[in-house]
Amino acid sequence: MAAAPEEKQTESLERPLLAIDSLTKVYPGGTRALDGVSFAIRRPEVIAVIGSSGAGKSTLIRCINRLVEPTSGSILLGATDIVRLGAKDLRQARRRIGMIFQEFNLVERLTVMENILSGRLGSVSFLASFTRRYPAADVANAYAMLDRVGLAGLHDSRADALSGGQRQRVGIGRALMQNPDLLLVDEPTASLDPKTARQIMRLIRALAEEGATPALVNIHDVALAQGFADRIIGLKAGKVAFDGPVAELTPAVLTDIYGAEDWSQTIRRESEEETSA
Amino acid sequence: MVQRPRADKAAVSAGVQKRYPEVWRRHTPRETVTNWLWVAAVALACAWSVSALDIEWAFFKDAHEQAIDLGQRMWPPRWSYLPSIVAPLVETIHIATLGTAIAVVFSIPLAFLAARNTTANGFTWALGRALLVASRSVNTVIWGLLFVAIPGPGPLAGIAAVAARSVGFLAKLVAEAIEEADRGPIEAIEATGAGTFQTYVVAILPQVMPVLIGTTVYRWDINVRESSVLGFVGAGGIGIYLYASINQFAWQQVLVALLVILVVVIASEAVSAWIRERIS
Repeated sequence: MAAAPEEKQTESLERPLLAIDSLTKVYPGGTRALDGVSFAIRRPEVIAVIGSSGAGKSTLIRCINRLVEPTSGSILLGATDIVRLGAKDLRQARRRIGMIFQEFNLVERLTVMENILSGRLGSVSFLASFTRRYPAADVANAYAMLDRVGLAGLHDSRADALSGGQRQRVGIGRALMQNPDLLLVDEPTASLDPKTARQIMRLIRALAEEGATPALVNIHDVALAQGFADRIIGLKAGKVAFDGPVAELTPAVLTDIYGAEDWSQTIRRESEEETSA
Repeated sequence: MVQRPRADKAAVSAGVQKRYPEVWRRHTPRETVTNWLWVAAVALACAWSVSALDIEWAFFKDAHEQAIDLGQRMWPPRWSYLPSIVAPLVETIHIATLGTAIAVVFSIPLAFLAARNTTANGFTWALGRALLVASRSVNTVIWGLLFVAIPGPGPLAGIAAVAARSVGFLAKLVAEAIEEADRGPIEAIEATGAGTFQTYVVAILPQVMPVLIGTTVYRWDINVRESSVLGFVGAGGIGIYLYASINQFAWQQVLVALLVILVVVIASEAVSAWIRERIS
């Protein structure tokens, strides 16, 4: 773990940042949500995971930090195989993985500051989290983070008093307070209006670039995925149906992932919009 | 039967009115009979109780006269008795408050033990539930009797009795709130690498806080009422004075004690309602 920062710069050509091999998840009911998924992330990039509902996108992301227990396969984060970790080591590994949720999943009755600082829970003692006395450096970073995600001055507001876009900004801040080696993002914009959705995607992309953090983003909106991702992974019935750069996403590929449909209005033409801000 | 939909479709397209039933009943005849059987069973149970209890109906004949007589003996209240029951009255409130406070401290860990989603395993869950039931199934006055036998008579026994009964009450309602807590924030806090107890404190406790405060205040309000009779068994408070006055047939004193208890109960209920209205 101590080697994490160097890893990002030097090992990009040798060991992948994240390597998933033959990942399979069979739910107790017998549903095979993931069926031998393999891919690797070799450099900090934003990867959009697309696919129809039930294709296994959410299961994939939740297997990586083991909110869902994988049935078989391996998930190498740097040199650590997350699938094989015991409870204590898993908590250590989870500190290195930030997660952003569709429903934001903030603790509604706590303040923005408490929610942001909860990203540091893996690094503070029980007593410190009980009394909400975080180290001074964490507090300073939290203020800076609030500033960065555009919530300066709202630190004492309760999370349930914020708008959807603001809540997602808190969610993003909480994940980044972990200083993660990997960002898992589960449908970050599905509960937001189109304009806010674009702002949130732009923010996630910018922060991932600033921290040189690879981000795996589940997303329903294909146009948004093309606008903000470097690479697309298409899941179909628990298998990887497409894995390649955004430019290679053609109507034929979308038909393969989602089924037949007129895709001419969905695929972005590069010149039409700015890519990122 | 298989042909039905096609036949209907043909009928509608031909402009012929569909036939609908003209009579509709909420219950089938069978359900109606079952419902009446239940009513009959309850009536039978009541009849059995009345016959088994051997009630002396003759007492009802002059009940109104007895009531008026008691009222006359109570009136006017002997206000000179008031100063001597102020101290025990305050003691009653203290017993309720301290008993509730102790109960809160013990009920939080017990609630986490008794909630399915936070207990460690089947054994700890069963243990938690057993403690809940044990606490709740014994009346405060019975707890009072038990504790009078242990630390001896006085307010300490009363505090212990109130706490023993309230722990189960609070823990049961908080445990239910824990089981209903939103999964999302819990998942998010687990994903940060937080430990189990950190997750409880940061993601679950804030969610159940309104229930914890609300039921605590409500329980305190109940405890003020229950503490007023704890003196009957020697567990402190105003009850001993009320009991003594009844035994001496000092009905004018009894009325003063009852009026004072009424005022305190109304006040505590008002406080409790006011606080519960405020939490969100």
